Amino acid sequence: MTQIIWNGLFVGSFYALVALGYSMVYGIMKLLNFAHGDLYMLGAFIGFALLTSFSGFTATLSLVALLVVLLLSMVGTGLAGVAIERIAYRPLRSAPRLSLLITAVGASFALEYGMRIIAGPNPQVYPVRLGGSSVHVLGARIGVAQLVLIGVAIALMVTLNAMVMRSRQGRAMRAIALDPVAARLMGVDVNRVIAMAFFIGSALAGAAGVMAGSYYGSINFLMGFIIGLKAFTAAVIGGIGSFKGAMLGGVVLGLLESFGTHFLGGQWRDVFAFAFLILFLTVRPTGLLGERVTERV
Amino acid sequence: MTTTKTVQPPKPPAGGGGLGNAAKTVLRSRWIGPVGLFLGAIAPILIATPYAMNVMTSALIFVMLAVGLNIVVGQCGLLDLGYAAFFAVGAYTSGILATRLHWPLLATIPAVIVVTVLAGIVVGGPTLRLRSDYLAIVTLGFGEIIRVTANNLSITGGPEGIYGIPSLSVAGVDLSNSVVFYYVVLVIVAAAVLGANRLIRSRLGRAWRFIREDEDAAEAMGVHTYRVKMAAYIAGAVWGGLAGVLFGAQLSAISPASFTFLQSALVLMAVVLGGMGSTPGVVIGALFVTMLPEALRGLSDYRYFAFGALLIIVMVLRPQGLWPARTREPARTARRSATFDGEVRIR
Repeated sequence: MTQIIWNGLFVGSFYALVALGYSMVYGIMKLLNFAHGDLYMLGAFIGFALLTSFSGFTATLSLVALLVVLLLSMVGTGLAGVAIERIAYRPLRSAPRLSLLITAVGASFALEYGMRIIAGPNPQVYPVRLGGSSVHVLGARIGVAQLVLIGVAIALMVTLNAMVMRSRQGRAMRAIALDPVAARLMGVDVNRVIAMAFFIGSALAGAAGVMAGSYYGSINFLMGFIIGLKAFTAAVIGGIGSFKGAMLGGVVLGLLESFGTHFLGGQWRDVFAFAFLILFLTVRPTGLLGERVTERV
Repeated sequence: MTTTKTVQPPKPPAGGGGLGNAAKTVLRSRWIGPVGLFLGAIAPILIATPYAMNVMTSALIFVMLAVGLNIVVGQCGLLDLGYAAFFAVGAYTSGILATRLHWPLLATIPAVIVVTVLAGIVVGGPTLRLRSDYLAIVTLGFGEIIRVTANNLSITGGPEGIYGIPSLSVAGVDLSNSVVFYYVVLVIVAAAVLGANRLIRSRLGRAWRFIREDEDAAEAMGVHTYRVKMAAYIAGAVWGGLAGVLFGAQLSAISPASFTFLQSALVLMAVVLGGMGSTPGVVIGALFVTMLPEALRGLSDYRYFAFGALLIIVMVLRPQGLWPARTREPARTARRSATFDGEVRIR
């Protein structure tokens, strides 16, 4: 039982990281960034490329080195996110929503199959594999690596939350989410703030990608597809557009999946999660922490 | 501004070079349908290798899918990213009934319609009340649900799928010969295209476009938006399901691998590329999407990347698609639908 809960929390922290970026971009631009899951994939591959090129000193590849790689990959995916926003979303900001959704699908496709051209269709094996020792708490086996990864995830989320709530840039973001026109009239550089939101959101997804790669050991060019869907589910469960909701939703989804897998079997995991999403949308479309939004005409 | 601007005369369409205008005239002519059908009918006379017949039959089935999705995406403006799910539901329903219960394929069609309508209601019911973005991602999830379910159940044959699906036969006459089958599919698809076009030009079709253009205004005008969107969604589902029956009959075997997100994305590609909402455009888009990869077999690695890039480029540079739908009523019907003399038109 404790093992199930722990597994759920661990997977949930990944979902939460990816869902945060999803939710942040949605909150600011009201855009579903379909390419978000693929930025997770991109992060995993950038991390993979960095680690293989540093493999000359594998012996010293410690957690510290992995953290450096993590940061570099975050910067890389962040920049990629900004580029996607600039190329595919900014020219269409005033266009009908359908066009934006379609370019988002196009961006996702281009990332996936672009990576397939570069890295090939076969799964790649991560040069480091976090395994190692584990401790037993209340009958659950908890890996040290898992603890470190959850620690990193929590640190990233706390930093982000502080930034959005305390800093000047964060205030600008919240202002744009509330009313973009008024924010612009008050002198907020909307383009810059949106680009920054994309940078941060994509960097978080990239971090999750590197962490997943180094924990599960194998990456492929389609790995972002399912996690993007899951992150959206998590964001909806928590209330899309809300930061705390995304984190909560990630953990809730992780736990649900963990229990679902236990009782129904692993092959039904994804079906369970998406069926739950459809069910949840009928019962409480605003999510656990979301406010009721009235759409303005 | 002190002077109010007088009403501008409508601008001529942008980029209307001689060639563009000629193309427009061709595409808007009422002969485009019969001419297309004629071309489809003489194609096997020009080239009838088994390979060519196979490609052309697949292309026709794809046209049917694209026309079905066009109702949902192009007409009603609802982004469906799991359209392959309805394709799969249709193919599996008819496949299971035909192989396990030994129904003739034609007899499975009513069952397929019932099941796809139910599937449309299950997915559309909760999501069509919400913002359109939710529909996009829920349909994406639904596509995965169907594929994974087909992969795991034993009645659907698991990863191997269903094989030994009988071909179409009418009154004991076997239609499995590839050329004969091509003509059967051609007739069915032509009927489907025509049917979709009639729906689009009906009162319901106008309501769909109204919702696409401005949902709030449509609701204010008394359009029951939820019910009308549901109608579009279900119509799309039925079209997809029937295309699935043809697909099963053509290949005689189906497996979950045929119904991935890739398939949904390709159908969407056809609709977007061809010009959302315009039936001739979408048919040409579908033919383009199926035929071009056959021509570029060697570049298979690059083609999906190119599709992704093309989606972005088309949306940014030419959001109305390559062959956009006309937005004005043609003169010959405008007279009929004018409600009073001296009608004020607002563009």
